[in-house]
Amino acid sequence: MISKEVCFACDAETHMKSIALLIQKASNFDSSIYIEKDDRRANAKSLLGVMSLGIDSGDQLKVVAEGEDEEAAVKVIVDYMTDTTKEL
Amino acid sequence: MHNMSMVSLQEIVDAFNLKVIYSAKNLDDIMISVADVTRPGLQLAGYFKHFGPDRIQIIGNMEISYLSSLSEKEQNKRLSHLMASGIPCLILSRHHEASNAMLYTAEKYSVPLIQTHETTSSFYASLVKYLNVELAPRTSIHGVLVEVFGEGVLITGDSGVGKSETALELVKRGHRLIADDLVEVRRVSDTTLVGRAPEIIRHLLEIRGLGIVDVKELYGVSSVKQQENINVIINLELWQEGKFYSRLGNEDETTAVLGIDVPSLTIPIRPGRNLAIIVEVAAINHRQKMMGYNATNALADRVFHSREPEEKKKQEPKYRNE
Repeated sequence: MISKEVCFACDAETHMKSIALLIQKASNFDSSIYIEKDDRRANAKSLLGVMSLGIDSGDQLKVVAEGEDEEAAVKVIVDYMTDTTKEL
Repeated sequence: MHNMSMVSLQEIVDAFNLKVIYSAKNLDDIMISVADVTRPGLQLAGYFKHFGPDRIQIIGNMEISYLSSLSEKEQNKRLSHLMASGIPCLILSRHHEASNAMLYTAEKYSVPLIQTHETTSSFYASLVKYLNVELAPRTSIHGVLVEVFGEGVLITGDSGVGKSETALELVKRGHRLIADDLVEVRRVSDTTLVGRAPEIIRHLLEIRGLGIVDVKELYGVSSVKQQENINVIINLELWQEGKFYSRLGNEDETTAVLGIDVPSLTIPIRPGRNLAIIVEVAAINHRQKMMGYNATNALADRVFHSREPEEKKKQEPKYRNE
């Protein structure tokens, strides 16, 4: 299991879209991936789960992955979250 | 994921509609982490052994009448000792007003003074109950919580396995949705787990291809519920060739959640299996088991009964006079 901290960056207008794309990216991996905010954790492959964390731009989050492709998963998710605007 | 729960004094004040008589600090900053509450009678008499200063203190008729039997100087001394111990607050029941000595010592040690109109023991009981729920160990689970025939059924399984679709069909069949995707679970007692949805996503379902569906708006209030006990866990998984799946249903499988073993089932899914009906039957079957009837055992009884020797079978209905 590996984890990495990341500061989430997104545009207020494309906030929902950014999160939807995050779920899509996470769903491409076989590993279990979680996003943690404060003391709460949500499955990164579940849209409502991640939405329930109430993530906003500038939030400090932790990405946790466990499984065969965990390293690639954390790398892709963290890279994406550091700046979600460039891919939209 | 477990975490230490806390509740702020402000939340308690709001929950019970209490009146704040005096407070130097912001009540949002005073956190309570123990569910015990103390009536500090002995402490006012000067005995502080085994005293838990992190508990909320409540004083009522008895303590107040005891204090008023003392001189002003003595009252100050006793209350100072109590306030200086680091208590989070002092609650006065039955509309009692704070005496001069209370106000003086509360200010000196900046301890909030709070007032309730309730009687001491009834307030004590409701406060302990409230704290036990708020401070209960909690965790969040990826799954769907539905109420089916009165049983709280937690459906778990990997993303995309069809949990939300099953929940939608159950709602169409007259059952209730509590939470989709993320269920907040609290252990409110040694035998009870209660699940509810985080407020942001309450009563929403995500269906692939459709997007977000608001079940309460579409199907009305009778299709949803705020919270429900978790009585049985159903784990959905894709059918794996060669894996053993329960055929008799007499293997008592359980899943531990926050230290409580919850009866659970693993149901393999394959196109064409109607999951909503299977979940419905699982819920009724669980209920029947709880009522003391087990269909598998009943079948075993029939099988063995039919193999009993002929003479024995003939003997059995003795009460029939033939």
